[in-house]
Amino acid sequence: MIKVENLTKAFGPKLAVDGVSFSVERGEVLGFLGPNGAGKSTTMRMVTGFIPPTDGRVRIAGYDMEAEPIAAKRLVGYLPENAPAYADMTVWGFLNFVAELRGLVGEAKRKAVNRAVEMCFLDSVLYQSIETLSKGYLHRACFAQSILHDPPILVLDEPTDGLDPNQKHEVRTLIREMGRNKAIVFSTHILEEVDAACTRAIIIDRGRIVANGTPEELRAQSEVAGAVLLTVKGKPAAEIAQKLRELPLVRRAEAVAEKDGAAQIRAYPKPEAGDGELGARVFELAARERWTVLELRREEGRLDEVFRKITLPDTKPEKEREIGKKQ
Amino acid sequence: MSAQSEASTLDAATAPKSAAAFAAASGEYRPWRNVWAIVKRELGGYFASPVAYVFLVIFLVLVGFFTFNRNLGGFFERGEASLFAFFVWHPWLYLFLVPAAGMRLWAEERRLGTIELLLTMPVTSTQAILGKFLASWFFLALALALTFPVVITVSYLGDPDGGLIVCGYLGSFLMAGSFLAVSSMTSAMTRNQVISFILSLVICLFLILAGWAPVQNMLVGWAPAWLVDLVASFSVMPHFAAFQRGVIDLGDLVYFLCVIAFGLFVTGVIIRSHRAG
Repeated sequence: MIKVENLTKAFGPKLAVDGVSFSVERGEVLGFLGPNGAGKSTTMRMVTGFIPPTDGRVRIAGYDMEAEPIAAKRLVGYLPENAPAYADMTVWGFLNFVAELRGLVGEAKRKAVNRAVEMCFLDSVLYQSIETLSKGYLHRACFAQSILHDPPILVLDEPTDGLDPNQKHEVRTLIREMGRNKAIVFSTHILEEVDAACTRAIIIDRGRIVANGTPEELRAQSEVAGAVLLTVKGKPAAEIAQKLRELPLVRRAEAVAEKDGAAQIRAYPKPEAGDGELGARVFELAARERWTVLELRREEGRLDEVFRKITLPDTKPEKEREIGKKQ
Repeated sequence: MSAQSEASTLDAATAPKSAAAFAAASGEYRPWRNVWAIVKRELGGYFASPVAYVFLVIFLVLVGFFTFNRNLGGFFERGEASLFAFFVWHPWLYLFLVPAAGMRLWAEERRLGTIELLLTMPVTSTQAILGKFLASWFFLALALALTFPVVITVSYLGDPDGGLIVCGYLGSFLMAGSFLAVSSMTSAMTRNQVISFILSLVICLFLILAGWAPVQNMLVGWAPAWLVDLVASFSVMPHFAAFQRGVIDLGDLVYFLCVIAFGLFVTGVIIRSHRAG
């Protein structure tokens, strides 16, 4: 449905987006992750046809965004960053205006507006002026605008930004549900949203895609992925770590925490260890040694760690350079 | 796979699911409906806030003041059944009021970020520019139409030439449109309405004064004759004056329409260049 090829955007000499390619099919929810200023919004603006790319192209269900913008834009619903809306209109007036621009008239328009109002819980503020809305309602009004024509493609730029935890949960649920028969791209810098709503995620940093995969695949890139975490009562951590190191499959073992007489040790597997094999060996060892095991767990890896690992090494030197320049 | 076949499989997949998506995907394309939707929204925007009413009241009060004041228009003192005393002030009123009416057109859209919404809809920027311009022009036409008591007064007191009055109104309407197109242009340049207002005012002032003798004298000494003529030809005054004499000349019509077309064209160029970064 969405096919982005080698998308590049230069603002002056600076490359905001540099050769980004990806595609999203119906039934997929693609999470677009990245630190602030990584080029997420710029990419979304090019995908939705707001700004033209310097190079590369965007195809929406086969329509080229530059050559056939109207046909392409018709199929896309877009929630821009910060949820802009006409401050002087009522929610109802705003949704009707958007419905008309979407080519809906008469009964179809009425139905579409009612449906969007219902899905986004806007009944109570329907005739309120948009400038008087709280941020949560403003966001929902703008979100309602994007799904008004039931588009097969949704592009959402930070749809949960500025919402309270309950509202965030609602929006994520909505995205996940709609993702079943739509192609959805949404950007965020909140990692838990990837697990909550995405079928696939892309991490972008300084305009380039640095990781692309399912949340599980991304997590597997984490340092701790596949490691075994063992909590034992009544033994010093150093002793347990030493014993674990003696196991043939253990590459490294380190004490993580030691409190209330319980020691927590993490053992990292060697690359040749099969899936789950290390856990079995650790269990056998613990049984042999008659340790009082409080917990034995295989770690899946953490997204935030992957995120930092991928995005930090690149950004750090530049930051230092900037600071150096200022001085 | 060609674009068409991919798109048609998409239609087939979407159509049964919802009427809305079907309309969105296959409804025929009607550009004027988009323009009309934008016109309605903009007019609603004017009247949703007190701005429109304040504007109308100020315009009508000033028109009345300038027309009837014995030292200014001297409508009664002239003792003639014409609206000369009324129309002669229009360029100067428009100089301030049209930029005020037009300054928000695009500046507000950029400040709120709604321009991103508007231009990612299935709407061309030409339709958006035209819709916004026409809405403001309608609004100015309404302000102009509300001056009808002046016409009633002159008709009651004497026997004015109806054609002359219609012609005068047409000229005034076209001049308002020209100034508005300039305001649309300056409004697209900035997200700051005050800057938009001042820029527009300066350009409109140039259009008014370009043919004025003191300005011409400033140029005559050193500039080549063609430049002097060129500057003079920008002036709105002779064209407006022709309408006041009851003459609808093709050249005058073309002048106003050119200014409007140019203003809107430049608006489009500016918006496109903003988007391109």
